[in-house]
Amino acid sequence: MEPASYAQIRNNPKFTELVRQRGALARNLSLAMLVIYFGFILLVAFAKGFLGTPISAAGVTTIGIPIGLFVIVSAFVLTGIYVAKANTTFDELNSQILKDVK
Amino acid sequence: MRAPLRNAGGLGASAALLAVGGSAWAAGALDGPATTQATNWSAIGMFLAFVVFTLAITKWAASKTKSAADFYAAGGGITGFQNGLAIAGDYMSAASFLGISGLVFVSGFDGLIYSVGWLVGWPIVLFLIAERLRNLGKFTFADVASYRLQQTPIRLLSAIGTLTVVAFYLIAQMVGAGKLIQLLFGLPYLWALIIVGALMIAYVTFGGMLATTWVQIIKACMLLAGASFMAFMVLWHFSFSPESMFRAATEINPKGLAIMSPGSLVTDPISAISLGLALMFGTAGLPHILMRFFTVSDAKAARKSVFYATGFIGYFYILTFIIGFGAITFVMTNPAFYNTVVGADGAITFDKVKDLIGGTNMAAIHLSEAVGGNLFLGFISAVAFATILAVVAGLTLAGASAVSHDLYASVFAKGRANDVDEIRVSKIATVCLGILAIYLGYVFEQQNVAFMVGLAFAIAASCNFPVLLMSMFWKGLTTKGALIGGLLGLISAVTLVVLGPTVWEKTLGNPAGSAPFHYDNPALFSMTIAFVGIWLFSVLDRSQTARNESAAYEAQYIRSETGLGAAGASAH
Repeated sequence: MEPASYAQIRNNPKFTELVRQRGALARNLSLAMLVIYFGFILLVAFAKGFLGTPISAAGVTTIGIPIGLFVIVSAFVLTGIYVAKANTTFDELNSQILKDVK
Repeated sequence: MRAPLRNAGGLGASAALLAVGGSAWAAGALDGPATTQATNWSAIGMFLAFVVFTLAITKWAASKTKSAADFYAAGGGITGFQNGLAIAGDYMSAASFLGISGLVFVSGFDGLIYSVGWLVGWPIVLFLIAERLRNLGKFTFADVASYRLQQTPIRLLSAIGTLTVVAFYLIAQMVGAGKLIQLLFGLPYLWALIIVGALMIAYVTFGGMLATTWVQIIKACMLLAGASFMAFMVLWHFSFSPESMFRAATEINPKGLAIMSPGSLVTDPISAISLGLALMFGTAGLPHILMRFFTVSDAKAARKSVFYATGFIGYFYILTFIIGFGAITFVMTNPAFYNTVVGADGAITFDKVKDLIGGTNMAAIHLSEAVGGNLFLGFISAVAFATILAVVAGLTLAGASAVSHDLYASVFAKGRANDVDEIRVSKIATVCLGILAIYLGYVFEQQNVAFMVGLAFAIAASCNFPVLLMSMFWKGLTTKGALIGGLLGLISAVTLVVLGPTVWEKTLGNPAGSAPFHYDNPALFSMTIAFVGIWLFSVLDRSQTARNESAAYEAQYIRSETGLGAAGASAH
């Protein structure tokens, strides 16, 4: 891991591309998770009545139940999106970058 | 099952003799009055089967554990799927299984707020931390935090952060364990602590990370299977219509329709956000969880393990929600699960919440008996015991690693320690931590320790997480900034918890409303203090060392992004 290989990677356009793409995806997905979760928390704090509205006039199941389940499922789906993208595009780019150094 | 049952004879019989008379406690994960139950033979039998099986695995793991990489990180040979299960096994504690289903049992919807909070940290761990951690580190997260900073101060800080988090988490688990086992198996409190402590020491000292990982995997499978069965039986009873289940629950629960909407758990936005931050970012700073990422071969496996773990944990929290509602319909309607009062007219009366045998955290346990009979009750009791063992083993290994890998090898021996010495120190630390855990569990028996898990998360979010995150992402971070900012986060988190209502009023007994700090969770404030401290003292540091540290960021950055040169634990 001599400095030369670092400089080589640094100047490799593929590295810039990898870091840009992966950084953007990680940022957007983190933001999505934060918005979903803190959105839910703020609903709990400010809009208890809304979460407690029954879905149908005759039923007892409230809107809060599917919203809560949505937050749980969204956490799994967001990780799934990242892993799918990383397993294909990012890993491919990364191995090309490492191959270029050798 | 027959052989273990016979073997259980001596232990069980003497336990029953010692456990005469009931007494009452109020504490921790298991608050509310609890009475020692009659010795539960099927539970003891199944638990002994688990112990025999896991000790056999430990023996096998011991034969494969030779180098430090084996001991700390199972030689990096765990697959992504296995690690995902092990992470789930490490994370799904008895407190979250029994505590959340108990909360749903009492308040319905409110339980969902907690389970959501405990889950959403995982995507963040994946997006920001998991792969970089694997690329940069070897055995502990301090490897990463100190990558380009001065070893001694940063290792010291990380070790303090690790050991405080482990200590509070461990006390909460041990006290909960003692009470739970006393209740489920009819064993005296101290015996229960000694059994947990001794087994945990055996797993970790002989089998290291490999044995710990398999204990966690087996426990995760048992817990997921048991919880799935219970949720299935509940839904089956209602012809798989959640609406009928919710309707029945609102007709039975004393709170009625209120259990279908948020109640008193979250009162003001500041508390809500502070709690949310602690749960979300605390997960990303728990040393025993971070350590699990070094057990896999590369960044790709680290990434997959979070994906599987998120799936298992999310599924598990959905199950606990169904189990909580199931307990309302099956348990609240059956006086057999209650300490009942027989009136003068012969009528049996009980309070549907306060009189539940063992307190409301026993709701899931009672439900297991209601849906699966005594044998299944035994299975779920054994699962609860196994759950505690898996969590405390992971915690102890993380604590021992901080002592041997960070304090001994890096700070004390200045990196000149060999593998053999380091493993020996680690084993000694494990034994000491095990004994300390038994002692602390004993000392805190009568204390309310419920706040300790929350405190552990707050410290992890305010000390470990900011230092780790900034070391990975901010070029300008210096040793001085990390050290001072991290310490400020740690001290402010502890101080604010002590000055907050839970400890100041409920634990220390000061009058209600007198707490100097008004919020139960300090994370919003202590995390801000930590990040501002790290930034400020890094910027103010104009020394040559600081400039060198900033110059070293480039190489670290390239390794963290590409994995170049990251052999780490898998190399041997």
